[in-house]
Amino acid sequence: MIYDVHAGSDDASRRWEIDLLPNLIPSGEWQALAAGVAQRATLLNSMLADVYGAQQLIASGLLPHELIFGHNGFLWPCCGIEPPGGISLHVYAADLVRSADGQWHVIADRTEAPSGAGFALENRTILSRVMPELYRELRVQHLASFFNDLQQMLIRLAPTAATPLVVLLTPGRCSDSYFEHVFLARQLGYPLVEGSELTVRDATVYLKTLSGLQRVHSIMRLLDAHLCDPLELSTDSLLGVPGLVDAVRRGRVLITNGLGSGVLESPGLMSYLPSINQQLYGEQLLLPSVSSAWCGDVVVRERVLANLAQHRIVSAFPSQHFVPVCGSSLDATALQALARRISASPYAYVAQSLPPQSQAPVWQSGSGELRARPISMRMYAVATTEGYRVMPGGLTRVAALADQRGVSCQHGGLTKDTWVLGEAAPQGEQWRAQRTIGVAELIRQDPYLPSRVVENLFWFGRYCERCDASARLLRIILTRYLDGDDPLALQAAVELADELSLLPEEGDLPGRLRAALDDADWAFSLRANLLRLQWAASQVRGKLSRENWQALVELQREAQCLEDGEADFGERVDVLNRLVMSLAALSGFALDDMTRDEGWRFLMLGRRIERLQSLCSSLAAFLRGPAVYDQAGLEWLLELGNSSITYRSRYLAVAQLIPVLDLLLLDEQNPHAVLFQLKLLVRANQRLSEEFDSPRDPALALLAEQLRHFDLRSLEHPLFGNASVQAVLAGLADLLQAVAIASGELSERLALRHFAHVDDVSQQTVSL
Amino acid sequence: MSARYQIVHDTHYRYDSPVSLAQQLAHLWPRPCAWQRCTAQALQVSPQPTQRRDDWDVFGNPLTRLAFERQHEQLRVVARLQIEVLERAAPDFAAAPAWEQVRDALTYANQPLSSAALEACRYRFESPYVRLKQRFVAFSESCFQPGQALLAGVQALMEKIFTEFTFDADATQVATPLVEVLERRRGVCQDFAHLMLACLRSRGLAARYVSGYLLTRPPPGQPRLIGADASHAWVSVFCPGQGWIDFDPTNNLRPALEHITLAWGRDFSDVSPLRGVILGGGSHDPQVQVTVMPLDEAAAL
Repeated sequence: MIYDVHAGSDDASRRWEIDLLPNLIPSGEWQALAAGVAQRATLLNSMLADVYGAQQLIASGLLPHELIFGHNGFLWPCCGIEPPGGISLHVYAADLVRSADGQWHVIADRTEAPSGAGFALENRTILSRVMPELYRELRVQHLASFFNDLQQMLIRLAPTAATPLVVLLTPGRCSDSYFEHVFLARQLGYPLVEGSELTVRDATVYLKTLSGLQRVHSIMRLLDAHLCDPLELSTDSLLGVPGLVDAVRRGRVLITNGLGSGVLESPGLMSYLPSINQQLYGEQLLLPSVSSAWCGDVVVRERVLANLAQHRIVSAFPSQHFVPVCGSSLDATALQALARRISASPYAYVAQSLPPQSQAPVWQSGSGELRARPISMRMYAVATTEGYRVMPGGLTRVAALADQRGVSCQHGGLTKDTWVLGEAAPQGEQWRAQRTIGVAELIRQDPYLPSRVVENLFWFGRYCERCDASARLLRIILTRYLDGDDPLALQAAVELADELSLLPEEGDLPGRLRAALDDADWAFSLRANLLRLQWAASQVRGKLSRENWQALVELQREAQCLEDGEADFGERVDVLNRLVMSLAALSGFALDDMTRDEGWRFLMLGRRIERLQSLCSSLAAFLRGPAVYDQAGLEWLLELGNSSITYRSRYLAVAQLIPVLDLLLLDEQNPHAVLFQLKLLVRANQRLSEEFDSPRDPALALLAEQLRHFDLRSLEHPLFGNASVQAVLAGLADLLQAVAIASGELSERLALRHFAHVDDVSQQTVSL
Repeated sequence: MSARYQIVHDTHYRYDSPVSLAQQLAHLWPRPCAWQRCTAQALQVSPQPTQRRDDWDVFGNPLTRLAFERQHEQLRVVARLQIEVLERAAPDFAAAPAWEQVRDALTYANQPLSSAALEACRYRFESPYVRLKQRFVAFSESCFQPGQALLAGVQALMEKIFTEFTFDADATQVATPLVEVLERRRGVCQDFAHLMLACLRSRGLAARYVSGYLLTRPPPGQPRLIGADASHAWVSVFCPGQGWIDFDPTNNLRPALEHITLAWGRDFSDVSPLRGVILGGGSHDPQVQVTVMPLDEAAAL
């Protein structure tokens, strides 16, 4: 089973596969593991409090200062911040491997912003559906409690007594984990936001929503801490929120995990944990780490250097560019070079020895057999009022190769669901929010609709229509070109496409057509617009139903067919046919699938504006051209307006100017008619002005009135012969052009009023 | 012996397009230190900031936080200071331990660290402008022969940078990487300070970046030009038993009465005089004018 994270992406690293066979952990074994993970989380949390506070552990010599101050995840500006409830490590994950004797060892601590919990839930959802009987019989423990605890924690530690606004802060869709972020946000029911959607005013964090700034109380960050604030932290990142650190410092917002928590992600620390735990809690560590010798200690270093060939050398700091290397795989010269490198900055290296890992059976769908592969398991703990609670399950990863050690692939790869057996909690797998919602709390609007989502819904709508219009016109040209029996109609259609800047200027017709179809570098090509459509869609994925998204994936697949340079024009017409179908499906989803909230209204505004613009520009250009008097020309105009069937069933006759214009211009029942769209746009715009109290703009309404009063009889009985028909058509073309321009202006006004502030660019300033 | 100065540090941004939201961090007030007394200080900001808060940063420097939530097209921050600089005890070069001994004393050895050593350990590692590389070890090899006393080695390194590098205000920008400075052998005081830090820290020593001002002398017979000075930077090295000793590689001397200390940190990024994030603004080269004037001279004006 494969999740295609980015629709249609070929990049294997972005795929997430799940094996059919779960990793089974007996209840007793799991309880011992959970106790060890919870203990470790408690210890690491105390260490965070110390290194960002009194630094007693460092001063006393229990914790080498090199591992903290030398780690670029140690964020100096975060020193002295007192986290709410004394918790900096809200969510912790441990990567574990099992050695041949059955003992589990921690190979990595994840303290920055542990990923994968969402995948664990997604794996579970899928597997429990695939084998429901087995799942029930084995009494597999549910994951729900973990996410419940997570929600409770985000609410409990938020700086407000009322219901807090919790957001998930993501680096955005370019992140490898974006799919998981979307999934988590949906499961937890919190808005997924990017840094540019938040703003800090007077040390308080706000979310930019359609209805203004809304105070944010809790931020669950899925973004590395050093990227969170370009003002005080990494000065070359603009992913974050300027001023966030100060808001956190002053206790105005909860951030999980605490800023700077990533400093504890270092294999160098592992050998110091037992004595620190002994010092702080008088206890032994329940769960061992893999043997990790930090070379910063001179005694350790000498021992490592003496037997370098027996060690696996890894970097002490995740930011360091150093690929782990096994001494046994190096020749004498390379060993010497490695020894020199370690001696030059010993504190940056750790010598690990990984035990041979236990393996698990993996189903090979290709050959239909089971293979043994090394596995590692990621376990999660969340801070609750009764200490850390561990997710009864986790994410099991499978090494790609039979002899691979230390599976810790951050992204992609094969995973297994982790089933903890026996003593299942009584409630079902579908966990629900604990809070009971009373009638008084019912809402029918998304209270925190981020401006970014609204903006992208708007553009999603526009690009859907733009792709549709350009696919239809290109299909008309291609079919006429292939038939070759009506050069006049072909020429008129090409001229129209020229008028609309759909075709590049240079080259012969086939070349220009090919560019208009699939040249992603030609800004107006269908391919380029489809890419924009996909981009906008990915930005609003949280607002689209599963089926709607599936339709987009379909569309993406069709779009990729366009890239096939070998395809002849006949095949391309087929692609266009399928594309138009897919786009029609999206239109159906827009009309019947989405809740009609503010976001939907902007989506539809985008659609109407785009359709109106393209209809009016096409009709205006058509009316000015020679094809007005050409039956074949009128035929393809009907095709362009998707109204051929209606026309034929109404008139049972060949296309003629007056009935065609009536159908495409004035028929208020035809959704492809100008007046139909114009009236709806005017109404939508009026409603928007009322709700947001923005100044009314009468331009479109006036144009609608003018169009409604246009009398087709002036074409039937021209007062002054043919010249007057020409003049009437020219006047009509001007009117249509004015509608196109006015709708473009409306689009700009909407952007300015409702979402321009998101797009504004933040930048750094520095002076000497 | 002491010297008294009046300092004006005037930063003026004229933005190409309006800025709708801005946050600025100013390191323009002098930190308290034993060899300096600040007798008057004022920070003039226009437009009026929506918020202003005087705070301390993690390195113990005064820090002013400014926020502007109303649209503006210019930003002007003028700091005025009156400062008296006192004489500091001269370091004892002969008493300084060998540099390797200092390095080893600052290295983890499974035993408690004194608070002075813990403080020094903050300044031993990479920071945004100071990347540590073997090239810096190689460059400073001649200054730090085995057994060389720490302060003599640092002095030699300062001289080496002073003699081998050319001061060139056009050669570098704030973001020019150190490796490039090393290759081209040119730069400004910030570059030389960063380079010296990189050499010292690459050897495991503790050294920090000091931001401040320097009294300049007009050419003989000519009057002092107002605004012709600039902010200055030098380094400070930790020497066990003697504390922190300042060295100015740009001028090849140890700062005394003519250096005015503002702030210190790991490098420029920790103590930039004025750093911020703005929304909008277009391009925005600031105009910075600094005047350092002996107080008696200022009184005569």
